This record gives sequence, C-alpha cells and structure tokens, in this order.
Amino acid sequence: MSQVPADPHAAVVTTAGGVEDGPILTVDGQPLDEALARAGRRARWRAFLLVLPLLVFVLVTFITPIGQMLHRAIYNPTFSQNMPRISAWLKAHPDDPPTEEAYALLIEDLKEARKNKTIGAVATRINYDVPGTRSLFTSTARKARRLKPPFGEALLKANRKWGDPRVWTAMRQAAHAYTIDFLLNALDFTRDAGGDIVRVEPERQIYGKLFLRTLVLSLVITGLTLVLGFPIAHLLANLPLRYSNLLMIFVLLPFWTSLLVRTTSWIVLLQTNGVVNDILVWLGLIRDDQRLQMIFNQTGTVVAMTHILLPFMVLPLYSVMRTIDPSYVRAARSLGATSWTAFRRIYLPQTVPGIGAGALLVFILAVGYYITPALVGGSSGQLISNMIAFHMQKSLNWSLAAALASLLLGGVLILYWLYDRLVGIDNLKLG
Amino acid sequence: MATDDAFVVFDRVQKSYDGRTLVVKDLNISIGRGEFLTMLGPSGSGKTTCLMMLAGFEVPTHGEIRLDGQPINDIPPHRRGIGMVFQNYALFPHMTVAENLSFPLEVRGIGREEREGKVRRALEMVQMEEFATRLPGQLSGGQQQRIALARALVFEPELVLMDEPLGALDKQLREHMQYEIKHLHERLGITVVYVTHDQSEALTMSDRIAVFNDGVIQQLSTPEDLYERPENSFVAQFIGENNKLEGEVVALEGDVATVRLADGALTKALAVRVEGPGSPTLLSLRPERVRLGESGGENRATAEMLEMIYLGDHIRCRARVHGNDEFIIKVPNNSGHPPIMVGQTMPVSWAVEDCRALDPL
Repeated sequence: MSQVPADPHAAVVTTAGGVEDGPILTVDGQPLDEALARAGRRARWRAFLLVLPLLVFVLVTFITPIGQMLHRAIYNPTFSQNMPRISAWLKAHPDDPPTEEAYALLIEDLKEARKNKTIGAVATRINYDVPGTRSLFTSTARKARRLKPPFGEALLKANRKWGDPRVWTAMRQAAHAYTIDFLLNALDFTRDAGGDIVRVEPERQIYGKLFLRTLVLSLVITGLTLVLGFPIAHLLANLPLRYSNLLMIFVLLPFWTSLLVRTTSWIVLLQTNGVVNDILVWLGLIRDDQRLQMIFNQTGTVVAMTHILLPFMVLPLYSVMRTIDPSYVRAARSLGATSWTAFRRIYLPQTVPGIGAGALLVFILAVGYYITPALVGGSSGQLISNMIAFHMQKSLNWSLAAALASLLLGGVLILYWLYDRLVGIDNLKLG
Repeated sequence: MATDDAFVVFDRVQKSYDGRTLVVKDLNISIGRGEFLTMLGPSGSGKTTCLMMLAGFEVPTHGEIRLDGQPINDIPPHRRGIGMVFQNYALFPHMTVAENLSFPLEVRGIGREEREGKVRRALEMVQMEEFATRLPGQLSGGQQQRIALARALVFEPELVLMDEPLGALDKQLREHMQYEIKHLHERLGITVVYVTHDQSEALTMSDRIAVFNDGVIQQLSTPEDLYERPENSFVAQFIGENNKLEGEVVALEGDVATVRLADGALTKALAVRVEGPGSPTLLSLRPERVRLGESGGENRATAEMLEMIYLGDHIRCRARVHGNDEFIIKVPNNSGHPPIMVGQTMPVSWAVEDCRALDPL
C-alpha cells in the first residue's frame, strides 16, 4: 500500500478505508491494525488465563527443578561458605604454597566449623576429590583448640596428610563455589596435584562406560520395540474395529499394571530357577547345570524394558498407520510392484513419522529409566540413572548427580537436534 | 461382442465375503478389445467387487476370469499388467509427480533414459509437463486426477480399470474430465472398464453399460438402448427420469398389451416384460415423450397440473395423470407450446411404443 497505483480504479479501492499512502484506517478513522489488536486482546487474555494454571504448574514443578539441577552441577558452596577465611586466602593467592598465615586461617575455620557442626559437610566435600580425607578434617577440627603456633608444624603433627599437595589442590578448587569439577568428574576427568585436568585412573573410569552402555542399551531397546511393535501396529490399524479394540486392550494392558509388578514378574519368569529355564530344561534344550543367566544382567534389563516401553512405540505407529489408505499399497501392486516392493517403497516411507515419534519417545524414556534396571539389571545392567540415584541417595554427592543428569539432558538434546536435522521434527506424529 | 475376440471374460463368477450372502451372483460378461465398458449401479450392487476381482485384489469365490484367453484367478495383481485409477487417486504422497509416474517403470526394470522419456510423454498426454517436480499434495483435485490417469497409462497397459475416478471432482471439472478420458480411450485404443454410480457419466463415455443391481447385471447394452429400451423396471428407474404407472394386463396382442390402470382406465403399451393377461405390470414412460394436446399418439389422458418449474430449455410440469400425482411432463420451451397454468386440466397423449410394460417392482 505504499505506492499510489497508476490505475485510478485501483486507487479508489486502496483509499476506500483511509488515506492514500498511509496506514489503512477503519471507517471511523482509527488505524486498522490497532483496531484489530484491540478486537483480539480480550480473547487472547482469556486464552492466556486458561493456560495460566498449567504454566505456573510447569514452572514450579519442571522448569525450576531442572534449572536448580543444572545450577547445582556447577555450583557447590559447601566449602567456601563454611570455611570462609581459608577460602578467601586461597582465592587471593591462587598459585602460592600455603604460608603460616594460611595455616592460622585454616585452624580458625576448622574451629568455627566444628562449633557450627558443619565440619562433616566440609570433610565430605573434600573427600569427593581426595578419597580418605574425611577423618583428616573431623579429627583435626577436634584438636584445633589445642594447636599452638607455628601452625604449619602443628598441623602436620596432628595429621601428616596436611602435607599432601592433593588436599590443598582440592581445597583450592572447593574454595570457588562455581566449579566445573563435578562435570569433569562425570566425564571421568579429575585434577592432579598441580591442579591440571587429567583422566582418572582406568579402573576408576566408570561414568564414560555407563554413558556408553546407557546409549547402546537404549538403542537396542528402541530397535527391539520397533521390530516387535511394527507388525502389531500394522495389525491394529488394519483389523476390523471389534478385533482391533480387543488387541488394543492387550497392548495397553501393561499400562494398567503396576510397573513394579511387571518387573518382578519378569524376575519370576527369567530367574535361574524360573519358568523359562524350567521349560528349556524340560524340553532338553539345556542341561540342568547349564541354566541360563537371563536376569540380573543386561539381558534382564533389555527384556524387561523392551516389554515396558513397547506401548510407547505401538501407539504412535498405530496412529500413523491408521491414516494410511490401503489403496496406496493396492495402487503400487496394480502398477506392478511385488508386495515386498510395495511395502518398502510405498508403505514404509509413509510410516516414518510414526517410527520417528515412537523411536524418539522410547529412546528418551529408556535413557532415563531407573526402576527396571535397578530391579533386574544386576551390576552389568545398571544404567546412568542408577548412578545418579546412587549419588542422590547414598553418597549424597548431589553436585555430581546433578552433573551426570545435566550431561544426560545435554546428550538427549543433542540427539533431538540430530533427529531434527536428519528426519525433521515436524515429521513427528504422536497421535 | 462375440466370445472369440473377447479380451476380458467373466465366466460364471460368484463372490461372497461371509459365506452366507452372494455379493456377485453368477456374473457372465465378455468385454471386447478396445471397448469402453461401464459398470453402473447403486452402491452395494457388486460393481466395485467385480472390478477388484479383475484387478486381483479380491478372489472370486466361484468361476473364472480370463484376460486375453488366460485364466487370471491365480495371478497376483502385480503380474496382471492392468492399469488402475482409484477413487481417491492413491498418488504416493511422499513422491513427486515424476517419481509417481516413474514407479511402475522402475519396478519393471526399465532403464533410466527410457523411463524419463515415457514419463515426459505421459505428462504431455495429460498436459501436466510443468508439474513433474511437485508433490501430489500441492496439486488440485483435477490435476491429481490427471496424474493418476497418466500413472495408470505410463506403462502402456492394454486394460485400464477406473473405480469412480471422477467422484471427488466438482460438476464442471467432472464433465470436462469425462471428455478427456473418452478422447484418451479413443486415441490409445485401450480397453477400459469403468465403475461409476453416476448415470450421466456412464451415458457420456461408454460403448456399453452394464447396469448392476443386487449382484446381478440387469441389462448390458449401449447407452442408447439402455435409455430408450430398458428391459426391466429397475433399469427404467435407474437410468434417466421415468413415469411409473401401475396396472394389470388385460389383453396381449402381438407385442402390444392392453393394461388396466389403477384408476380403471385402459391404455396400450409395448409388452416388454409381461407374463400374460391377469399379471401385474409397471408401465414406464419417459417424461419427454408425453405431449400436451392430443397429437402425441394413441394413448390419451387428462392431466391436472400441480406444479411447474421453469428450467430454461424446457418446462417441467408435475401433474396428476391416471391418479398418479408424481407424473412428470417435460414441455420443450419452443414458441408453439400452449400456455400452462397450475390447476388447469389439459389433455396429454403419448405413443404406444414409448410406453413400455415392464415387470412390477
């Protein structure tokens, strides 16, 4: 509308609602876009108020905890808050070896931490980085009142470990509330006595292996649910309604049963003296002393999780397949394609949105699965979430748990991004 | 059509889905090479089932289908070499127009260059050359229809089946496509079996029409015969507009039956399907064959005009004739016709041979 049209009739059309060459006005002279915005405002507010409860709920129960977790992965103030003096000195002298002044401040802090009953937390915090140093802090704090100058020698006399440079490196790191050390730990890296980042000893590299195992098992489970779920979904989508409803109930049955019951029933089935082994022995396929170990290892985790996650693959596949007109395959057949070619070139490509949605759903659920591996995974079937739970509940190293969880979240987001690049997220169809 | 040059033969074909009722009852039909045959009928009459059996998607419960002399009951659909156009076009949504057309050639192992040439020619045939790279979803209904047609023809089948291919188009486009399909058929010399429930479509395009009802072919003849000389009441009702007069045969002389109508009046009709004196019959009379005045023929009656609709080229009058309130008369809108007014009573007449005495419904 910025140009005045050459055609006089066209000009009449454009000026019908306002002046030439300006914003279009309503009949009583208000700008049209303002009138439009005003007309829509009430409806927008009402719509917003309707979603407000959910928005608040999601904010409180989802966004905030995740933000907290991400924050905790890089923020641990236990040492710097409870040992303020030595923390300040260590920050002020990042490269100096500890001096008599530093020892004095340390003893002062130890005394106060003992009085405030926070010495245990401080000791635990350093113990994460240098195992076996918990008693160093608690016992020295007990003796701190009796220590006389020169403090350096007194400390060494109280406990020889105060001469260990690793303890001082750990304290130097812990003095900073913001640290990437937990993320480093979660990736099997640590700091040596000089404060440089190095890999931990091979026998202590557990998290990398666990991440890899989680990834591999999740991919295997996703693949299995696809292979098992595809024919079921196809059947569901093509049976007459009364049969497909019944079959759908069978597919959904696992949803209505407690997760715990389903998982323990797999133990009953798969254990060494369980139903499956008994049948195999009875059939003579294996000898009694050769009973298969099918549970409390990776096999158990894969079997039980495949079963539990199967509906999440079947449902999106079903909803996509139901919309595929059978005449496509018929058309392909009439055009000369064998049933296999018709399936591969015509049917399968049209189910891709369902495969994508199902695979993504199952994979993301599997990556974070906790109860089933904990119950039937034994030691070889544990996933990264079990390690996160361990650090939340047993070792109480929440920062490390948060770091592991953050990496998991980051990994899933990267895979999600990859999926978007490869398949396209708008190709996703969940129902 | 003689049996020896028949291209497609249905020989005593029966089809049942549930083992209790027959959807197709004893179907015998032979279709000549190059013929355009339409299966016309109301929904559920078995016409689509016949087409699906010919395409190979349904198996006949009894009987044999022969294509070019070969029984094809045991040949899977992809080896029959029959082109098919589906009601909803069934264009593969994830492939471009060119890929859709290329598909039947690819599965036949035809080389890339030859494929491209054939696809281009097929697109030219339906005047859609510039749409080769579009996806079916980006085309209008009529354009999709043409592509579906081109895809069914691109591998040069001798027989093409069409299952209500124009059902989803608007009236104008449908009529246009009818002519295009007819012209393509004439130009390519292919055999077409066409299924529709639209009688004007069938009349426009076909060499012969098979009218289906209740799993049986009621009449198989040319469009002209079907309209002018229906053999039973169903066909008379189904094709075109038709006035029904119920009555009883009083006398039969040669092929002229004297019939006593419901109001007691006697009238003469061409005996097509009547059993003899005393049997009930239904007279069928086309609205355009009834004349105002007494010059139309031997049969005369009085009509009380109940309703008039002006339709431009003709005037449609609903009148009471022989006690029938639904009697329709089409009066051509030429300068000579007498003035008609609702409520008026006028004489009407028609020829004996235009009034066909058929079986009672």
